[in-house]
Amino acid sequence: MLLIPCPWCGLRPENEFRHGGQAHVQRPADPASVSDDAWAAYLYIRDNPRGRSAERWRHVHGCGRFFNCVRDTVSDRISHCYRAGTSGA
Amino acid sequence: MTQPFRRPGGGRIDRTNPIRFNFDGRQLEGFAGDTLASALLANGVHLVGRSFKYHRPRGILSAGAEEPNALVAVDYGPGRVTPNLRATQVELFGGLSARSQNRFPSLRWDAGALAGLASPLLSAGFYYKTFMWPPALWRRLYEPAIRRAAGLGRAPRAPDPDRYLHQYAHCDVLIIGGGPAGLAAALGASVNGQRVIVCDEQAEFGGSLLAEPGVTIDGWAAPDWVAEVIRTLSGTVTLLPRTTAFGWYADNLIGLAQRVTDHLPDGDASLPRECLWHVRAARVVLATGAMERPQVFPGNDRPGIMLAGAARTYLNRYGVIPGRQVLIATADDTAYLAAADLHAAGVTIAAIADQRADPSGEAVEAVRALGVPVRSGTGVTGTAGRRRVRSARLSNGQTVACDTILMCGGWTPSVQLYAQSRRRLRFDDTAGVFLPEDSTDSVGACAGVSDLATILSTAIDAGGSAPRAFEVSGARALSPAAPPAAAAPHRKAFVDFQNDVTTKDLSGATAEGFISIEHVKRYTTTGMATDQGKTSNLNALTAVAALTGHPVSAIGHTTFRPPYTPVTFGALAGPYRGDLFAPIRRTPIVVPDAVFEDVGTWKRARCFPRTGESPTAAVARECLAVRNDVAIFDASTLGKIEVTGPGAEAFLQRIYPTDVTTLTVGRCRYALLLGEDGFIRDDGIIARLASDRFHVTTTTGGAASVLHLMEDYLQTEFPELQAWLTSITEQWAVIAVQGPRAVTLLARYIADIDLGAMAHMSVREGHIGDVPIRLFRVSFTGECGFEINLPPEHAQRVWDTLLAAGATPYGTDAMHVLRAEKGYIVVGQETDGTVIPEDLGLGHMLSARKRDFVGKRSLDRPDMCRTDRLQLVGLLPGDAATVLPEGAQVTDQGRSPALGHVTSAYYSATLDRGFALALISGGRARIGETLHVPLLHGMAEVAVVNPVFLDPQGERLRGRPGPRGPQQALAPLAVPITPDAARAEGVDMAVLPPVKRLNIRAGAAAASGIGMAVGVLLPAAPCRAMTERDRAALWLGPDEWLVLAPPEASNLDAIAVKGAGDHPVSVVDVSHATTALEITGPRAAWCLNSVCALDLHLSAFPIGACTRTLLGKAGIILWRTGAETFRLEVGRSYLPYVWACLEQARHAVFATTIVGANNS
Repeated sequence: MLLIPCPWCGLRPENEFRHGGQAHVQRPADPASVSDDAWAAYLYIRDNPRGRSAERWRHVHGCGRFFNCVRDTVSDRISHCYRAGTSGA
Repeated sequence: MTQPFRRPGGGRIDRTNPIRFNFDGRQLEGFAGDTLASALLANGVHLVGRSFKYHRPRGILSAGAEEPNALVAVDYGPGRVTPNLRATQVELFGGLSARSQNRFPSLRWDAGALAGLASPLLSAGFYYKTFMWPPALWRRLYEPAIRRAAGLGRAPRAPDPDRYLHQYAHCDVLIIGGGPAGLAAALGASVNGQRVIVCDEQAEFGGSLLAEPGVTIDGWAAPDWVAEVIRTLSGTVTLLPRTTAFGWYADNLIGLAQRVTDHLPDGDASLPRECLWHVRAARVVLATGAMERPQVFPGNDRPGIMLAGAARTYLNRYGVIPGRQVLIATADDTAYLAAADLHAAGVTIAAIADQRADPSGEAVEAVRALGVPVRSGTGVTGTAGRRRVRSARLSNGQTVACDTILMCGGWTPSVQLYAQSRRRLRFDDTAGVFLPEDSTDSVGACAGVSDLATILSTAIDAGGSAPRAFEVSGARALSPAAPPAAAAPHRKAFVDFQNDVTTKDLSGATAEGFISIEHVKRYTTTGMATDQGKTSNLNALTAVAALTGHPVSAIGHTTFRPPYTPVTFGALAGPYRGDLFAPIRRTPIVVPDAVFEDVGTWKRARCFPRTGESPTAAVARECLAVRNDVAIFDASTLGKIEVTGPGAEAFLQRIYPTDVTTLTVGRCRYALLLGEDGFIRDDGIIARLASDRFHVTTTTGGAASVLHLMEDYLQTEFPELQAWLTSITEQWAVIAVQGPRAVTLLARYIADIDLGAMAHMSVREGHIGDVPIRLFRVSFTGECGFEINLPPEHAQRVWDTLLAAGATPYGTDAMHVLRAEKGYIVVGQETDGTVIPEDLGLGHMLSARKRDFVGKRSLDRPDMCRTDRLQLVGLLPGDAATVLPEGAQVTDQGRSPALGHVTSAYYSATLDRGFALALISGGRARIGETLHVPLLHGMAEVAVVNPVFLDPQGERLRGRPGPRGPQQALAPLAVPITPDAARAEGVDMAVLPPVKRLNIRAGAAAASGIGMAVGVLLPAAPCRAMTERDRAALWLGPDEWLVLAPPEASNLDAIAVKGAGDHPVSVVDVSHATTALEITGPRAAWCLNSVCALDLHLSAFPIGACTRTLLGKAGIILWRTGAETFRLEVGRSYLPYVWACLEQARHAVFATTIVGANNS
């Protein structure tokens, strides 16, 4: 069970969280103007990196916030977490 | 004479306390302090089991966790037979009853041993090659037969009567292993008030020191030094004996399995049998020691052949000699220590065969000086003896008569846990073993260090104190072992004893082209038994390296996975089984006569059979009551979300396909919720209570996921919208009142709402009797109907009142029939995650005016526009009595592929016939056709029809407003039933009285104004609570607080809104959504930590800390109100589950009281 640093609540056990998939997948501002292929990519195409991965988590059994998290998919080490809507840089 | 192989003195057993036990029906005697293995050896019993594959007689090989052979079933009583226990780890107690395994009819005469005669045929992979044809026989004949013939112990069939607990613990340092390295590390760590846990798998701390009576440390004899250290540590560190660290998981989470009562003769009902610890350690020190390797030679598996170090342990720790005439086969100096000790105990050492060309050094010379013949450069080439070894042949041609062979192939550091921590091992060419690449946290033998003084001084350093020297005397200097040598392929030279893998199997595997060690492992099964190859892995690697011509470092090692030794399912499940497996939620309306079904985590009433009535008849009667009279339904489980704030409308407009801007205050609308992929996720009602306030319902099972999906969009895609979502599922109980007499019935109790004037799909706030309600005029039955949302504590009296007034209760079964007659869908039944609104004929529910909503773009993708998509239709079987099976395939004359499938099928009492809904390819164009449903016996003809079977014009929805009668009173409010306060030593718990609860959402700018208004400041710091006289405000999220106030503060909602001034704010009354529990006492935190993973130490979770978290599998709000007092806010329906979890957890306080090991 990972320890995840919630940007609000601090380090908490993984079972308080729910994974939210790849981070920084932006919903197109005007979906109607997006091609079928681009829309399908938005819906279904995700990275599957070996190593550094920016992903979303929600502290569902805590403050309820969605946030972003940089985790190494090989070691499971989390380098840092940052609030949704920020780049994390 | 009993115990003929017990020495008259020595060892750590209690000779004044003899213990009778039973092995395979034989009454034997041992002493307190024995293991089952040492007691058997004291009685001269070496034959203890039959091997897995060839049923060869096997004896005790080791003295510890690595034991591959001596697996027994211990019978602790009905349902308590534990198979596959290592006799070397089973503590002896009075009345212990153990059985050998894998033999029939008896251990001495085993029919399965015939397999041994066929062993030339049974090489690795023979199953795969031999039992290939015909394939059908594999499942029916081959596999069951092979499983019976092979396999180890049998699991009991009776339910496990014991209790098992979990415990979460946090510490600064966790030390794994209580031998010399672990104890010195504990001394080093137990300073500065650090939280330290030391665990050891044995009953006694001390490890190898317990078998070293000749060694002194700082002037103490080694075992006395151990006792002294334990005395020093007691009270400052948590000492966990009988506790195996079985797994190292992410972020220093270590799993510990503590055997609490298995060593007690009569158990102890007040204690759990086992406790599974989840230890989160800032730092872990590994002091896991090393294991001795067997030598690989033909016939190395006969009873009487054991590891030299094990023999030394049995002698020095248990006062037991393994035999009278001993041959030693070694590649390492430590066997000479065993030789010297056994010689001193009067055992004849017939010879020492040392593989090394020129063994020399202090230990060797000491044994030579005793006159023991040492044969250098010599190995064993064969053995004889049926149930006990009788003689051995040496490579120099000599045959040595012996009743015992002690072998030592060197020592393998126990790096299993280190490897599980996802760090690399390096191969040390000199020692020929794998060692931690990062040895900062490995101390002692597991780091490849063997000198005791070095171990102690480095371990105290690793513990956290400055290194200091220990004065060690009496330990002999040891010269290096010979690197592991590969043995020639031979079909009786066993590498893996537990899975019967020989050097011949390994050579066969490499000859067949298996080069990767992971492949060799899987093909031969070496290292794959319950012992996970503890004694065999390195020998297997060495053999494969020699066979393939590669160095061992290039071969690498197989992956080390948890668990280190087997962990019982009982311990893993802990308290979460039976009724606690998952929360069982019930609504506030108690209906004793109902038949229940599980819907999500809820128990819902299916139907209400009267005495002597079948469930089928009850459903038919209930349906007719709805159609012709009036009936009531408990819909409390529906998910409910209050959507508030100035941006609420805009938010719902983007989420739902429907046009929310046209929904006026006081109206409600049925709405589908789509995923971004266009598929239907959920459905429900949107009701507009005010311009900035909506009451949205979800399905019962979809409540949590819908809220999650909405929060996702609100927080991450539309954060600019000033809207908030608050779950009010538990705040409101719901009673549906449906049927032509619904208006007449309700009008007797509702004075402030004109029911007759309420349009279908409208909502009003008012009262039923004196109870405040939100009244929905909605229908899921096709009849005129209402759904009364009311505070849960009043639900029962309103329900009882309506029953007494003649309403018929109906359950979910009738609800399903009624809605299907109208063609209303159920999400998850008519939808399966691939269904879009158009498929269900609900395309008209999508607003054409809106350019965007969640899912809209996907509905234009080409696949969504196909005309052959599965579409919802009705089916009428040709035979009116037929009720089709749900899921049945719908075909044209039985031809494949199927055109679709039946999604719902029932008997309709109203139509007096069976009917069904189905999804059929291009279904709407097939209306009027006849199709066919293959059944178990024959084929049903079905007519494809419109899916609305009843009242297609919707005339019944209008109802029949009856005469307005006089107002009548509700039944009185019953005293709510809550659990009695429970008291136990160190922990009390009680349900607290009701309070006013407000969920307040606002930005930081509004917080101070709201705080002033409601009489308690809203804390800005995360996870902190503020209190002011009789009120409290708990931080729940960056814009979310829970305000608690006395129940009489009834207009606090309005006061809070006013306090926000011009700032947007959401205030939702959640007074009834949770119930408060208080748990208090010196062990309250311990108790909570049995079911809650947070660190509740005062330094980590101080007074005033509060947070949402998990208790078992239930979400709660936890608030520390005092050093020893916690307040829990528990969802109303979760209270019984949480209470029961805490009841179990209160027993966990044992953990602080049984830290003493046998040492104390």
